[in-house]
Amino acid sequence: MDLMKPEMKKTREGFGHGLVQNGHDNPNVVVLVGDLTDSTMTSFFAKEFPDRFIQVGIAEQNMITVAAGMALMGKIPFLSTYGAFAACRSLDQIRVTLCYGNINVKIGGAHGGISVGPDGATHQAMEEFAIMRAMPNMHLIVPTDYHEAKKATIEATKIQGPVYIRFGRENVPVVSEESTPFEFGKGAIYREGGDLTIIACGVMVYEALVAHEELKKQGIEARVINMHTLKPLDEAIILKAAAETKAIVTAEEHQINGGLGGAVAQTTARGNPVPIEMVAVADRFGQSGKPDELMAAFGLKSSDIIRAAKAVLQRKTQPQAA
Amino acid sequence: MNQVETAKRMTQNKPHPITGIEQRGIYLDSVEELAEMAKIVRRDIMTLLAESGSGHSGGPLSIADFGTALYFHELNVDPKEEYWADRDFVAWSIGHCTPVHYSLLAEKGYFPKRDLLKFRKFDGHLQGHPHRLDTPGVEVTTGSLGQGISVACGVAKAAKMDGHPRRVWSFNGDGEQQEGSIWEAAMFAAHYKLDNFVSLIDYNLKQIDGDVADVMNIAPLPDKYRAFNWNVIECDGHKWNEIMDAYAEVGKLYRSGRPTAVIFHTVMGKGISFMEGKAEWHGKPPKGDEVGIALGDLGTTEAEWRKYLESN
Repeated sequence: MDLMKPEMKKTREGFGHGLVQNGHDNPNVVVLVGDLTDSTMTSFFAKEFPDRFIQVGIAEQNMITVAAGMALMGKIPFLSTYGAFAACRSLDQIRVTLCYGNINVKIGGAHGGISVGPDGATHQAMEEFAIMRAMPNMHLIVPTDYHEAKKATIEATKIQGPVYIRFGRENVPVVSEESTPFEFGKGAIYREGGDLTIIACGVMVYEALVAHEELKKQGIEARVINMHTLKPLDEAIILKAAAETKAIVTAEEHQINGGLGGAVAQTTARGNPVPIEMVAVADRFGQSGKPDELMAAFGLKSSDIIRAAKAVLQRKTQPQAA
Repeated sequence: MNQVETAKRMTQNKPHPITGIEQRGIYLDSVEELAEMAKIVRRDIMTLLAESGSGHSGGPLSIADFGTALYFHELNVDPKEEYWADRDFVAWSIGHCTPVHYSLLAEKGYFPKRDLLKFRKFDGHLQGHPHRLDTPGVEVTTGSLGQGISVACGVAKAAKMDGHPRRVWSFNGDGEQQEGSIWEAAMFAAHYKLDNFVSLIDYNLKQIDGDVADVMNIAPLPDKYRAFNWNVIECDGHKWNEIMDAYAEVGKLYRSGRPTAVIFHTVMGKGISFMEGKAEWHGKPPKGDEVGIALGDLGTTEAEWRKYLESN
């Protein structure tokens, strides 16, 4: 791919196309939506399989539990609404019915992240990673691009139990190929490097790749890992990176509390403590604006990753006196 | 108890009169047998609560009669094959009424009655609130109010999509009607014409903080459900002829194009002299001398009923 002129596509479109594929592959797949058929791109499935498409209306709590009932009858329900509602408004239903009950329902959380843009803070879900990581039995996938979103949607049918997949609103760079393998629960090394490791998810993988190129020009070799699965977390790839590069930068379009950075730090703190810098939203709500200007204002660009890389390298080479 | 034990009979795998599905499990045909079973269930409830030292008395006792009628006269399930594909489905949306829920499951034959003495205990399989992965016969994990009804709606919707004739039931409380999610489910059930779905509402007028009418009034409840395009049946939830008529009416509405709410007017703590109609008995068990009085009200003693549970 050309990092400067990448192909741009929406992750939620990958979700929509993945659902259609699932519909063809498995007659038990059903799709539920809460009055957001077009914007969640479940419309593709609705058109192809109208008899297996259930409109629930603006009732997200009911949508989770109705889906649970259908799963108990052998269906494989995928439901979708904006992440802000899917993860937060319906959280009690997710906790008790889905997770404690360990029920086979798949949640497509659309419109995650600050890049949702003009709709503002209410609609910019940036807490889902922390919430879903805290739920026993939950699985959490954060696809980086269109292809990965489609593959994750297809893969979700093979996972037994609740799954949350996070999608964005905007066109984002396509950083993988249709043929790139997607292995659930395993991080993917996108660039090799021995000086530090950048562990990123979602759209931040692209920013990490841009940062990798810039750092290379400055003589710094940064490994880049696409950590598309946040739960269960690939601890082995993290500990290997810690052992080999001895410095880590994490990057995510999410609150700094409880997200990818926290998950990585939890792993290294117990297994191999190394300096970590975290690129994430600094414990504050978003606001209206254009996606690009918000990503910059909230510190989620490749330049922020580069700054974090330099800071972590300084800590690696000049550890503070105890 | 012996006459009831012998009066229980396995059905002869005849087609169910309403759904046409093969009929399985233990059924009790007469009101006398059902009333006797309800008394057994109340004895179970008091004994298991006394043993656990925590749990809810009031609601389980108000549900005991119409709950017994459901499990032993209406519900088509097979305790020997918990996940029988053609079974009826029941959600206990009113999760905290586990004492009556578990008693009915044990008496129906899902697990030994002695297990009831491990209610809420670390080494038992009976959680304080029902958990589908722990207890045979528990279909839905509940305990946070207002969720089980929606799960049941999902089951009913799936049955409609598959053209399956099963009936789907949900136990709901009157206080539970205060949860907004109840009304999301009510809209959904009517919108999708889930006439295979029945909500059994225990209208015992009490909740933890006092009278439902004072805490947050839900009246007029029948009108609310009618306005949501449901069928509504009301009856005295402790009069057996009214209970049986109500279930018969439910059967007639099976293909009515609307979900049905049965509002059972009941008394919290029914059957126990010092508990009847008192909100304070919502969430606590009998203790000390109260245990003997309670079981005396039910025509037995604690020792006798423990022996019954332990030997079954």
